[in-house]
Amino acid sequence: MLEVSNIDTFYGKAQALWDVSLRVDEEEIVALIGANGAGKTTLLNTISGLLRPASGSVEFLGKKIDGLAPHSIVELGISHVPEGRKLFTDMTVRENLEMGAYPYHAWKQKEETLEHVYQIFPALKEREKQLSRTLSGGEQQMLAMGRGLMSRPKLCMFDEPSYGLAPILVVEAFRAIKSLREQGITILLIEQNVRRTLEIADRAYVLENGRVVLEGACDKLLQSDYVRKAYLGI
Amino acid sequence: MDITALTSRRFLVPGLITLTVLATLPLYGSLYTVILITTILMYIILAVSWVIFSGPTGYMSLASAAFFGVGIYTAAVLMPNTGQLLPLPVVVAIAGLISGLLAVLVGALTLRLRGIYFAIFTFGLVEIIKQVLLYWEFEVTHTRGRFVVLVDNDTVFYIMLGIFVALMLTVYFIRRSKFGLALQSIGENEEAAAHTGINVTMVKVITFGISAIFMGAAGAIMATRWTYIDPYIAFNPLFSFMPVLMAIFGGMGQLYGPVIGAAIFAYLQETLQTTFPYYYMLIFGIVLVVAILYLPNGIVGLIQKLIQRWRKGGSAEQNANT
Repeated sequence: MLEVSNIDTFYGKAQALWDVSLRVDEEEIVALIGANGAGKTTLLNTISGLLRPASGSVEFLGKKIDGLAPHSIVELGISHVPEGRKLFTDMTVRENLEMGAYPYHAWKQKEETLEHVYQIFPALKEREKQLSRTLSGGEQQMLAMGRGLMSRPKLCMFDEPSYGLAPILVVEAFRAIKSLREQGITILLIEQNVRRTLEIADRAYVLENGRVVLEGACDKLLQSDYVRKAYLGI
Repeated sequence: MDITALTSRRFLVPGLITLTVLATLPLYGSLYTVILITTILMYIILAVSWVIFSGPTGYMSLASAAFFGVGIYTAAVLMPNTGQLLPLPVVVAIAGLISGLLAVLVGALTLRLRGIYFAIFTFGLVEIIKQVLLYWEFEVTHTRGRFVVLVDNDTVFYIMLGIFVALMLTVYFIRRSKFGLALQSIGENEEAAAHTGINVTMVKVITFGISAIFMGAAGAIMATRWTYIDPYIAFNPLFSFMPVLMAIFGGMGQLYGPVIGAAIFAYLQETLQTTFPYYYMLIFGIVLVVAILYLPNGIVGLIQKLIQRWRKGGSAEQNANT
């Protein structure tokens, strides 16, 4: 479904990604793990068109998407829920969700999608008319995820959905992600919560200093000495 | 959404009354009143069209004088006092389109700049155009300034009123549309707006263009009232700063904020200038400082506060009576 081949990405002169390749198949949950500064967010930003790779290619559903503008990539069916939520804080919960349905085809079905998102996150319906900045951290994360779903994506990319959440809400966030896969949405997930991530994902890539150092099925990675030592602290 | 519907109904009747009063003004108003109201309308148009773009997006544009001035010069070229080349409404429309086109070009080049850089660039644009025109007049045409055909005051007034009505309708529809939502979300968080699939550059550039159309049109009609223009008159930086001050003074939260702000400001300027010609800038400055210190949300914020207090007071009285 998504095929990233040998990309190099720079911030000005500083190279952030080195020859990174990654594949996501339909209805998979693929995780990206790695320390801060490893290049995980840079990789997602390159896929969603906010950054352009200097070399290499990104293909989605057989179509080359590197070089397309972010809004065109959203319309093709990739949704990116950014790190730190980035909500429209002075808009209501409902308006935030409606903005998520901005692409033309999604706008027409917005009421339907809205019902669906409210089913996944009932708390959002209760707070529909509140300004989004008045929500708790957990609710804000749900709103960010809900907004990402409003464009009716085929592939959803989550950047650290559990960041800053209380442990009980982390469980909630992971439950939501799992339920999305059951509804046929493919997921690319960045997480620091390595153990839990490897438990729900199918495959994972380990990024270090802008390079993929390890990849494979999650159950294998959970067994690997390297991952156990570096990321699970065992 | 329901809030916009509500407010629009609330303002429909006062809006229609104001419009009727204005549309019949030349029948009963003195010549001075008609001219004064024309000037006030011009400032309202500048302030509201500035708010169309800079209000929701938070990009501080100081290019108003450039678009206004391009409108003025377009009128001067198409309607010299030696003979009008095209009918007045057509000239006004062309002037608007040229200003709009300029804004689209400039916007496409510069709307990547954020914050203070954008403000400085847009202000530079005013100077660049002024200097180029000065050079051109000095070196190529060997003239200074231009004379514009004289148009009677009522016609100027009605065309200004027409531009004003068109502008208010445009603002109203933008605010209610999906496009308006997109604009607002760019102001709140541009990166998130891009993430949700908004073509942020396109939305910004189009809006910048729309706001410039009205500034250019207002400039074209104003040129016929001034009858003599040169680059210093047409590209006076005051026309960049005034709309900003007026909008802040009136309050930008509501559509009627910049309208009220511009109306009061323009009236104040006119009366101060005639009654205290020497101290007018000083008094003007003091009023401005006081307004910014004590009315952070502008006149509209003050009105809303008063209404709230009045409602509270009213209900307290009722409670006391029962």
